[in-house]
Amino acid sequence: MTKLIIDGKEIDVPAEYTLLQACEAAGAEIPRFCYHERLSIAGNCRMCLVEVKGGPKPVASCAWGVRDCRPGPKGEPPEISTRSPMVKKAREGVMEFLLINHPLDCPICDQGGECDLQDQAMGYGVDTSRFAENKRAVEDKYLGALVKTSMTRCIQCTRCVRFAAEVCGVPEMGATGRGEDMEITTYLESALTSEMQGNLVDICPVGALTSKPYAFAARPWELGKTQSIDVMDGLGSAIRVDTRGREVMRILPRINEAINEEWISDKTRHIVDGLRTQRLDRPFVRENGKLRPASWTEAFAAVAAKVRAANGKRIGAIAGDLAAVEEMFALKQLMASLGSANLAVQGGAAFDAKAGRASYIFNPTIAGIEQADALLIVGSNPRKEATLLNARIRKRWRNGKFKVGVIGENADLTYDTEYLGAGIETLNDIASGKHSFAEVLKNAERPIVLVGAGATSRPDGAAILAQAAKLAADIGAIKDGWNGFGVLQPTASVVGALDIGFVPGEAGLSAAQMAATGGLDVLFSLGADEIDVAPGAFVVYIGTHGDRGAHRADVILPGAAYTEKSGLYVNTEGRVQMANRASFPPGEAREDWAILRALSDVLGKKLPFDSLTALRQAMFKAVPHLMRIDQIEPADASAVRTLAGRGGAADKAPIKAAVENYYLSNPIARASVVMAECARLASGQMLTAAE
Amino acid sequence: MLDDKDRIFRNLYGQGDWGLEGARRRGAWDGTKAIIDKGRDWIVNEMKASGLRGRGGAGFPTGMKWSFMPKDNADGRPSYLVVNADESEPGTCKDREIMRHDPHLLVEGCLLASFAMGAHACYIYVRGEFIREREHLQAAVDQAYEAKLIGKDNVNGWPFDLYVTHGAGAYICGEETALLESLEGKKGMPRLKPPFPANVGLFGCPTTVNNVESIAVAPDILRRGAAWFASIGRANNVGTKLYGLSGHVNTPCVVEEAMSIPFKELIDKHGGGIRGGWDNLLAIIPGGASCPLIPAQDCADLIMDFDGTRAVKSSFGTAGVIVMDKSTDVIAAIARISYFFKHESCGQCTPCREGTGWMWRVLSRMVEGRAHKREIDMLLEVTKQVEGHTICALGDAAAWPVQGLIRAFRPEIERRINEFTHKATLDDQGILDPDHMVAAE
Amino acid sequence: MSVRRLAPKELQPASFAFSEETLAFAKQQIAKYPEGRQASACIAILWRVQEQHEGWVSEAAIRAVADLLDMPHIRVLEIATFYTMFQLWPVGKKAHVQVCGTTPCMLRGAGELIEVCKHRIHHDPFQLSDDGNFSWEEVECLGACVNAPMAMIWKDTYEDLTKDSLNKVLDGFASGNPPKPGPQIDRQFSAPAGGLTSLNTPMAKGEGGPPASAQPALTDADAKKPSDAANRRESPAPKPPADDATKKGNM
Repeated sequence: MTKLIIDGKEIDVPAEYTLLQACEAAGAEIPRFCYHERLSIAGNCRMCLVEVKGGPKPVASCAWGVRDCRPGPKGEPPEISTRSPMVKKAREGVMEFLLINHPLDCPICDQGGECDLQDQAMGYGVDTSRFAENKRAVEDKYLGALVKTSMTRCIQCTRCVRFAAEVCGVPEMGATGRGEDMEITTYLESALTSEMQGNLVDICPVGALTSKPYAFAARPWELGKTQSIDVMDGLGSAIRVDTRGREVMRILPRINEAINEEWISDKTRHIVDGLRTQRLDRPFVRENGKLRPASWTEAFAAVAAKVRAANGKRIGAIAGDLAAVEEMFALKQLMASLGSANLAVQGGAAFDAKAGRASYIFNPTIAGIEQADALLIVGSNPRKEATLLNARIRKRWRNGKFKVGVIGENADLTYDTEYLGAGIETLNDIASGKHSFAEVLKNAERPIVLVGAGATSRPDGAAILAQAAKLAADIGAIKDGWNGFGVLQPTASVVGALDIGFVPGEAGLSAAQMAATGGLDVLFSLGADEIDVAPGAFVVYIGTHGDRGAHRADVILPGAAYTEKSGLYVNTEGRVQMANRASFPPGEAREDWAILRALSDVLGKKLPFDSLTALRQAMFKAVPHLMRIDQIEPADASAVRTLAGRGGAADKAPIKAAVENYYLSNPIARASVVMAECARLASGQMLTAAE
Repeated sequence: MLDDKDRIFRNLYGQGDWGLEGARRRGAWDGTKAIIDKGRDWIVNEMKASGLRGRGGAGFPTGMKWSFMPKDNADGRPSYLVVNADESEPGTCKDREIMRHDPHLLVEGCLLASFAMGAHACYIYVRGEFIREREHLQAAVDQAYEAKLIGKDNVNGWPFDLYVTHGAGAYICGEETALLESLEGKKGMPRLKPPFPANVGLFGCPTTVNNVESIAVAPDILRRGAAWFASIGRANNVGTKLYGLSGHVNTPCVVEEAMSIPFKELIDKHGGGIRGGWDNLLAIIPGGASCPLIPAQDCADLIMDFDGTRAVKSSFGTAGVIVMDKSTDVIAAIARISYFFKHESCGQCTPCREGTGWMWRVLSRMVEGRAHKREIDMLLEVTKQVEGHTICALGDAAAWPVQGLIRAFRPEIERRINEFTHKATLDDQGILDPDHMVAAE
Repeated sequence: MSVRRLAPKELQPASFAFSEETLAFAKQQIAKYPEGRQASACIAILWRVQEQHEGWVSEAAIRAVADLLDMPHIRVLEIATFYTMFQLWPVGKKAHVQVCGTTPCMLRGAGELIEVCKHRIHHDPFQLSDDGNFSWEEVECLGACVNAPMAMIWKDTYEDLTKDSLNKVLDGFASGNPPKPGPQIDRQFSAPAGGLTSLNTPMAKGEGGPPASAQPALTDADAKKPSDAANRRESPAPKPPADDATKKGNM
């Protein structure tokens, strides 16, 4: 700790602090544009200048270390002033320079109202200009489908360049030219290839980079803001849903150091238009092979008729990727009351909930990746399956001394990886110590074995999972204070489903069996759009979008999307989080649990809860850890050992990627025009890469 | 006047052979091993005692700079010497003569300096435009390798590799950290300091960046003794120095002279006097374009050294003197310098990126007089807003000439504004009142 | 400096291939730097690439260099646009004239040289003359201030120019017989015109006496001891000359 005097106040800060951090710790606000906590220090905007007593000129506090300050002649602590006339004058000077070539187009700028330059101009600007020359105009650049540019507004802070290179790991942005003609661009204005480029808009302190899909849509001050979580992948990134009236206008990240830091993936952010299009806003019933709009009563009656006629064992339910825990719980209750043990969640086949929680969650935790010193990825492309987890791996990799091995498909994950092999044989080689990577894992203090959906979604997924668990146990990844076995669940619903036991019961059928020809008479699909149900079964689809599931449905019961309901989700780490309602389901659509409750009444199996609160109470009673929001229930590591003991035969076929098209992986995304454009660009890139 | 035998650069004008043989005849590579045998500390102390101050403009004592380098490379990082041959400041063209006409002095200096700071590798970064100079230098390096004077296994007993590299047209790369960036294959954008290069320099390793002239004079200092060097010039400003005389002198030239030579003597002896006589002198820029100009009245008793130029609110810089006689449009001359700095600003930090352009634009209006008088003070304030607020010294360098101009020639700027305004008023009157038409024409 | 852009598509060659010499040169450059620091060779290689390709750098060449050095394309583009010696548009086949316009040259008539270029080549810089043989630009200081005004064509400088001598130089290039580079007046490089004012004794030529080291100008015994102030960075106020060393002439 080092003693400093900041604005006359004595303060003790760690020696590795920068002056800016020290000043903030002392409660002094330091304006800044180029400085960003999660990026390298550029020190180029010169807005954060402070005075170090005894120095001839002000210093950039973002770049000046506390240990760079010299104590006074008698050993008195260095004195820093953030409010002296020298500082004020310096900052006013910098502000004037920033503004002389900045267009004063705030009224038509999308950044207006949440612009750092605007805010700080209030503090350090003046209301007149003495700049009598022509202002600089800069040509706008094309950066892809998500980021709109207005380059005349750029203040050359280079945050975007650093973000792209450092956090995204795609060094595609740069500043060409020099001096006042320096321009930010990508190479020949090609589209960015990062899955988290949307964050550029947040990172830009001015209106140079703004959101293309959100362009001119709304003003920040007219938006209702709801804190929620994302369900586009299994991470549950913290988001803020901005709505105007009942329409979701945009989604922004919230800070959650444990999961997404302060970034979100493009799918999380730009799914918004998918929430508006192709929505199921009323019940439908299939008549003569065609779906026709119906009333709730008609729809329920149609369902009841089929259910009554069916044997409980010939009824089943599959939950989709976006299902909240509550509705799965309600559906489970309903199935039980109908005498069915046929329950399954999409992508959950490989997991055995009874083995214990540690066998299906990401035990090391996302933040824990930063403590790891070796990583083996089995059958996963984290860049696509969990963009921000991948960003965390990259962050760890940038710190050095971190080896990553990949089994499965070899892809560009934005960091250096060692490609080990395509399938189970390589895993066996490592397990038997034949492969050189075994040494890396064994010598590591905190190794992680990451198993992804590429492996677990296969019919032999359970066997691969067991062998990976065995490897983890063998290399010592499971010990006191560290459990390095991590399952990367690519969807938001799986862990929650497994937690509440939304799995095949005694003699229950698996999802594949239920969907197979002749598997069932009545199938309830809770947004299970990724499974093709063979002809024959009567499908009751409860969901939000007119997507694959709805096309196969015999009755459609319109539900609520994740922004339209309050629901619990358990992320891949096993962290329970709550999504909040930001708007309302369209038309006659209802919240899913309420649909099930109403339907149960019609079926004569009335569920014992009349409100969401009551439902939750019942659920908490059954599964208490769901109560502890934002926490991870400690999982007993012995579950991994149990799993390791299972063995099983795995197919030698190469493990393929689970996510074929990152941008179109769920019904909301498939309804989004923005995502479609992103997918088009991405496939274009694949083509050039393949050439 | 300096005697020829006290001159270090005795092939300054390329009269003789610039190759190894000629250099040896002139005394280079003589007793190099003996100097190395005296040890690293001896060399550093001798350099300190010689009082040599860096010849690149800032005037930091060279010996002291060398002493900042780590004594051992315990952490496994090698040390580097980087020679700054990115001579690009208007008015300065001394290093060019060293590189093309006496490159062996530099090569030998690199070896000695590298030894003194424990560096086994040295990069000479030559500005891109010095193509022929680079070729000469490279040839000299090749000769030295061939003669086993340098190289992994050389007769001088210090394994040493010397590489000639180059830029491609960016004045900013003369700033030491920008030079390091450029040497690493990036844009020449100055780094934040601290950390200083002696700690984190080229490739993250301890590095010293020295000017060509500072390095090239080192062998002679070490051969002839610090005392010899220190006896030339006056205290704190010792040694010999390459001066460049350009602009309105009768015979522009580069010449090696003693430090602290009176300006008048320098001009009369080597520059053939001011064009049109001493009374025709308007002002000088004493040490490259970044130095504030010195008006004629301060030139009469000017001593050409660090302290002498400082006394008249300018700086010694690289001793590349630009002389302007009374025919000069001094505002245009400074505006051109302003344009230079605008052109060469790297664009990294705000005050310089935005300020240099602003200064140049205002100044170019002032050349015509198309400005307001209040803008003179505004311009001065803008220069103050740039000065001291930037990452590197280019901001300061851009501000000083303008400040110098306003300090010395404010009446001239005002006169032009008056003239322009007067003409404009007449024009206006001409439009309004036909009687004035004739006058306005 | 104006915004530097790559030449439009229609002027860009479709591809770029390193010649054998360029590739050998590139390898030699890369070898100058520690392993993994191959990016350091970027400027030198781009320069050689420019020489190989008619004096300008094409977009394909930028990509080729980036791939060679394992750098992202944008980084090499940054370098190509940052450093002004990289020509991004085609230049004159016979000569690209770079006239220094900075103050020392300007004081000695660089303006006239620019006029010559404007009239002879093209009104605007960076534009090809009608026959495509010439182009010109005004550059910042080329470091030959004592030989002002001057211009650089390809690798050589032509110094102490006047309107007429520049015209002659250009005539030379047009006819394929460029004149001797260097001062275009009677002058030995940067020496004062009309006769040497220093280095005119035999001593200077390495003749007439043993090397200096054998016979130091001053021995340590009788040397004036350097003052400790020599190590100080700047003294606050100038001191009067400690000794009239400058006037001693012959020490």
